[in-house]
Amino acid sequence: MEAALGEDRLFLYGAEFRSRLLAGTAQYPSPAILSRAIKAAKAEIVTVSLRRESGGSRTGERFFTLIRELGARVLPNTAGCRTVREAVTTAQMARELFDTSWIKLEVIGEEDTLQPDVFGLVEAASILVRDGFQVFPYTTEDLVAAEKLLGAGCEVLMPWGSPIGCGRGLNNPYALKSLRAHFPDVPLIIDAGIGAPSHVAAAMEMGFDAVLLNTAIAKAGDPVGMAGAFALAVEAGRAGYRAELMQARDMAAPSTPVIGRAFSERARA
Amino acid sequence: MHIHVNGKVLEVEAATLAGLLRELDYEDGAVATAVNQSFVRKIDRDKTPLKEGDAVEILTPRQGG
Repeated sequence: MEAALGEDRLFLYGAEFRSRLLAGTAQYPSPAILSRAIKAAKAEIVTVSLRRESGGSRTGERFFTLIRELGARVLPNTAGCRTVREAVTTAQMARELFDTSWIKLEVIGEEDTLQPDVFGLVEAASILVRDGFQVFPYTTEDLVAAEKLLGAGCEVLMPWGSPIGCGRGLNNPYALKSLRAHFPDVPLIIDAGIGAPSHVAAAMEMGFDAVLLNTAIAKAGDPVGMAGAFALAVEAGRAGYRAELMQARDMAAPSTPVIGRAFSERARA
Repeated sequence: MHIHVNGKVLEVEAATLAGLLRELDYEDGAVATAVNQSFVRKIDRDKTPLKEGDAVEILTPRQGG
């Protein structure tokens, strides 16, 4: 089967995208490098947040102007929220500020790992879906939590690769493969923990629909160069998945034909 | 009147959320608001009264992951 990337599209809540790399916008050395990196990553969706600002400083407005100039679709997050109430209120504020019903829902349950509180996540997702939001829940690889998030009305799931910002890649490939196999028709986006292009290629080869990363690009020595590397890795991994990987085996199997080998017993006979 | 604004206690004169935004020079900015952890829509700010001790959040777009 030919892997025709030109016909390969990502659908999220009915919206169509060519790129399968969602990019965060934080921690870049400068706004100019952020802008160039997003373009090099070929990202069509970028994540943003809401934070406090002193009156009159207009930093947030300048940032939002830059994001709008990129032409990417905005996915606001509820980063840092520890309770359902905080997450729901932040989502409502984000909807008005960014004029979108999309929300990357984070309800953090543990400080050291920033692990999602999946119980609060399901509760918050239920409230937000009823309120008209299209929720992108940042979750773990837990199958039952995934079931409940889908039951709450989420149409996309974003399981973590590993803890936010750690760069360890896919900590639990077995569980992630199980998740992929269990929900073959649900868009699954690996979110968080990506450190290298090879991590992204591995996720895409497993059949995940997209990846969301931030720190691995922003904190690279050359963020723009790394963004390009990640874009290539996403395309390579996706093309590999679509072309169907061979089955791994435990023992060697010669690739060069055995029949006709010189000096073999059969040849001597 | 003392109001908590973005975590800081301020003495303000405004009687409404819209008045507070004017007083603190947020009026023309891209901001979203909440009072005591409840979202307040832009169109509702002028009819949202403030009282002593209220906690107001005024948020703007920011970089995020």
